[in-house]
Amino acid sequence: MTATHNDKHGEVAVRPASSPGALANPARARLLGGFGWGIAGVLFIALIWEGYKFFGPDNGVLIGELRVLPRTTDLAMPHLWDMMVRLAEPVTRADGALPLWAVVALAALTTLGIAAAGWAVGVIVGIAFALLMQRWRLAEFGLLPWIVISQTVPLIAFAPVVKSWGSRVEIGSFEWQDWMSVALIASYLAFFPITVGALKGLQSPDRIHVELFETYASGYWPTLLRLRLPASVPYLLPALRLGAANAVIGAVVAEVSTGLQGGIGRLLIQFAGQASGDPSKAWGPIFGAIVLGLVAAGSVALLGVILKDYRRTEEAA
Amino acid sequence: MSDQIPTTTSAINLGATMTADAAAVRVRGVNKQFQTATGIVHALENIDLTVQSGEFVSLIGPSGCGKSTLMRLIADLDDPTSGELTVFGKTATQARLDQDYGIAFQQAGLLPWRSVAANVALPLELHGVASATRRTRVAELLDMVGLTEFADRFPDQLSGGMQQRVAIARSLAEQPRLLLMDEPFGALDEMTREKMQTDLVRIAADTGAAVVFVTHSIPEAVFLSDRVVVMSPRPGRISQIVEMRLDAADGREERDDDLREASSFFEMVTEVREALHGGADHSTGDGAATARGVDTR
Repeated sequence: MTATHNDKHGEVAVRPASSPGALANPARARLLGGFGWGIAGVLFIALIWEGYKFFGPDNGVLIGELRVLPRTTDLAMPHLWDMMVRLAEPVTRADGALPLWAVVALAALTTLGIAAAGWAVGVIVGIAFALLMQRWRLAEFGLLPWIVISQTVPLIAFAPVVKSWGSRVEIGSFEWQDWMSVALIASYLAFFPITVGALKGLQSPDRIHVELFETYASGYWPTLLRLRLPASVPYLLPALRLGAANAVIGAVVAEVSTGLQGGIGRLLIQFAGQASGDPSKAWGPIFGAIVLGLVAAGSVALLGVILKDYRRTEEAA
Repeated sequence: MSDQIPTTTSAINLGATMTADAAAVRVRGVNKQFQTATGIVHALENIDLTVQSGEFVSLIGPSGCGKSTLMRLIADLDDPTSGELTVFGKTATQARLDQDYGIAFQQAGLLPWRSVAANVALPLELHGVASATRRTRVAELLDMVGLTEFADRFPDQLSGGMQQRVAIARSLAEQPRLLLMDEPFGALDEMTREKMQTDLVRIAADTGAAVVFVTHSIPEAVFLSDRVVVMSPRPGRISQIVEMRLDAADGREERDDDLREASSFFEMVTEVREALHGGADHSTGDGAATARGVDTR
């Protein structure tokens, strides 16, 4: 017993934490492993595509009159390598036309900007709703059902309405732009998961922590700032990522249904119309949309790296 | 005390305290009932208890005897159904608003996203203590609990005993005159526990704070306390208050591990144990059953 008491610091049994070398290797291995599986997944899908195209009947698989698997003609399912080659070729036969990939990338950037604006509005509105509902139970009972119902309204139905309302907005020198309608619709999809996630996060602190702050006679705002907001981070991050994905989908769909030029939604429709003459071209904007979604979700993942201390748990070593 | 922000209310109340009431905690005829689905539960019945300034009082009793409830009433985390409860002569609510007590729970309750130092600094930060003062105070406190070199670690990198020591440092941050502790060592292993008890005796003596200490363990209560309040369940009552007459009793800071082997220590353990069983017999006539939940280690 005396031996233990000689040690002024008691048990020095600390988890062998954060020696840089020890941490970096498993982390790098995990990262590489992740990349490996990602590439394997893409190859797997490519294999199925080309495999079915090779072995499947030209007219697709039919059960009675119902086609359950698509045709395998070059028109319906171009070879993957044709799609890749097409990406590098000029978009039209006109002189000085940009290659397809550049046109797609520019359109994707435009859409990304609109989606980001929509996401930002969604974050603000979503967190505001969550704060309101955390503060007053009555607000939760009154608001939450409407927020859920709001998501059952099909986008296609109100996109033109938003556009026509927007065109009437003119305050001083401010004039409603068409892209703002698209951003608004994107935010409409984005705010929902953020509201739900933020509410769950704000309500997540343990009773012991809430009571601790009560013993400090801490008011609403200090408790919010030092307890509820930090505690909500683990719930907020996946919600923000979902919100980003939703904002991208919302922006693309809204571009299509409001007929906005310049974004990837417009490109999807336009090139699909040319698919009978140039089937590989239609796949350019589809790949662009996939990359767009990955970039949006990845940007939010970066946020998670910055906030990593807030994702710790209380568990002892 | 220079660390604390002198609010006008606390200044006035402090004056009143000095003249009217020297007791840290005064409980008079307090009842606490909870409304549950199956009816009303009498958690506490007719509790009378006075804790003097600088006194170390343990509350002991089987599960459900209301010892934690009593501590929660003192901390103003619950309100008594009837009766009178004052802390330094003020209402419990006023004492809480004036930050007259520090508190430690059974779980450390550290904020996982804050480093050890930032956790200890939390109450100081909330009460607007300047950051330079804060840093010195945190360094002092971490030194007191022997965690100076762990200041930059995060709670998930510490053992349970170390986390609990951080929580104790945090409860002492504002030099409270009253320390409320709800089984703070309950989750610790025996070795760590004895070390923490020795540390707590020293810290309480150093700071001169009154302590209300809830525990399951008879030896722990005997080792730490000036008086042990023995409680019995259903309804929660004080069945007996046992004065600790240990050899080193006049200087509590003198208590060390030798005391754990002294005959006076075992006499007191026996006396508290008999009080627990006697109190149980008194209320239900079933000593064996009511001793459940009491740790006789």
